[in-house]
Amino acid sequence: MSQAVVAKLREAFSADVLDVKEYRGEVTVTVKKEEIVAICQFLKDEAGYNFLCDLCGVDYLGQQPRFMVVYNLYNITTKERLRVKVPVEEENPRVDTVSTVWSTANWPERECWDLMGISFNNHPDLRRILMAEGWVGHPLRKDYPLQGPDREPYQGRLS
Amino acid sequence: MAKKETMTINMGPQHPSTHGVLQLVLELDGETVVNAVPHIGFLHRGVEKLAENRSYHRALPLTDRLDYLAPMSNNLGYVLTVEKLLGITDQIPERAKVVRVMMAELTRIKSHLVWLATHALDIGAMTVFLYCFREREQIMDMYEKLSGARMTSNYFRVGGLSLDLPEGFVDDVTSFIDDMPGHLDTYEGLLTGNKIWQKRTVGVAPISAEDAIDIGLTGPALRGSGVDWDLRRDNPYSGYEDYDFEVITRDGCDTFDRYKNRLDEMRESCKIIRQAVDKLQPGPILADVPDVCLPPKKDVVNSIEGLIHQFKIITEGFKPEPGEVYQGVEAPKGELGYYMISDGSANPFRMKIRPPSFVNLQALPKMVEGKLLADVIAAIGTLDIVLGEIDR
Repeated sequence: MSQAVVAKLREAFSADVLDVKEYRGEVTVTVKKEEIVAICQFLKDEAGYNFLCDLCGVDYLGQQPRFMVVYNLYNITTKERLRVKVPVEEENPRVDTVSTVWSTANWPERECWDLMGISFNNHPDLRRILMAEGWVGHPLRKDYPLQGPDREPYQGRLS
Repeated sequence: MAKKETMTINMGPQHPSTHGVLQLVLELDGETVVNAVPHIGFLHRGVEKLAENRSYHRALPLTDRLDYLAPMSNNLGYVLTVEKLLGITDQIPERAKVVRVMMAELTRIKSHLVWLATHALDIGAMTVFLYCFREREQIMDMYEKLSGARMTSNYFRVGGLSLDLPEGFVDDVTSFIDDMPGHLDTYEGLLTGNKIWQKRTVGVAPISAEDAIDIGLTGPALRGSGVDWDLRRDNPYSGYEDYDFEVITRDGCDTFDRYKNRLDEMRESCKIIRQAVDKLQPGPILADVPDVCLPPKKDVVNSIEGLIHQFKIITEGFKPEPGEVYQGVEAPKGELGYYMISDGSANPFRMKIRPPSFVNLQALPKMVEGKLLADVIAAIGTLDIVLGEIDR
């Protein structure tokens, strides 16, 4: 079923689908970030993915492009999942907001901005959400020290 | 004509009815809420960042501290995700799966009891609070017997369970589920037909099915709006497909229907637990995957091979092949999801938690704007939030 959706997606956005992977029965589609809103709208309207489970950023420090924004979608009718990813470069960490497609995206996008430093164009309310107002830095980035800024690194074992 | 003025007040973060350190900035016109803005993050501990710096076994205790009212549900989601990442889902022994289901359902009852107790207390029904905590105490005792801890159980393991059930545990569970439906009738006797309770809940904090899906509500809150979706039935895990239970759905979209839903869910949980007790057969509690599973304690203290085995897994951990998975479980509050990426090392490369309360709390402004200030308390209660998992 997910394969059929991917085929439909490839047909409608042939130039924008970068990669399709299947791992442990889960399908991941990587698409270009310019078209993310159109693709999400398409998946919602044409493929029935009416529920955005989760949205998050991933930092692949040292790789190009550095960031990925990951959308975990769910179809309440067919009970199927689909994952969409968009690569985001370090120089311009911006993506268009999908909160116009699913209102759910509002807070997860704020969280992604707060902890990962990826900002969202046209977001209705892009403020920090978990960290304090005026905090400097984005803690979930791989180059952010675990102990926080301006502290001695932890000397004990963590793992 | 008099000039219309609104007043802005702070509710929380130190307020008994916000169920933790939640701050709400409310703009009021008289007693009507014009605008509500939740502020969260006071309890942020960086669980996701910490998990990236620990091996898979060692990240497990972090999950207890998310939704501390339902620790075993969090554990379950985590171990299922790691097992999926490793590809050992179908090697989990039957006994471990059955005990997991049994404990997850007891946890659901435990969590719902705290919800009912505090929700009722917030909107004026005090007696129920004491009754609920009396029953919850029994589950806490079972937790203690099983894992040694009352709240942070850390009982499940990647590959199975940490310990087998102690002697007499099944009898405790059986006697508890024998009594529980009667207790539920008692609560209902105090609340359901009560005029004051009905005035405070019927039609309060409404949200339509379309809005609920759009905003991402899950769990009993979504099913109170008539959306028939339960991960235990629709994307079964840990053997839930073999249990016979009903998914409780009501379409009143209000606080009263969500209340009825959760009470009925506890009855269904009792049914599931009874089936689990019947299914329980002696057998191994850990999968036979020596690279991943910690050896039984008696091997560790009695043989050098066992000790070396334990030492190796604790110091080096195990290394799933690179890949990414998402696993959702039906936690008491809604869909608890873990999205995990492995880069082939012994630590999770990225662990994103989808806490149900975080997403559910987003619906709060929609539920209370244009309503009375007193209904804000009911709305917070009916969403059943826990700040430990919202802030992570």
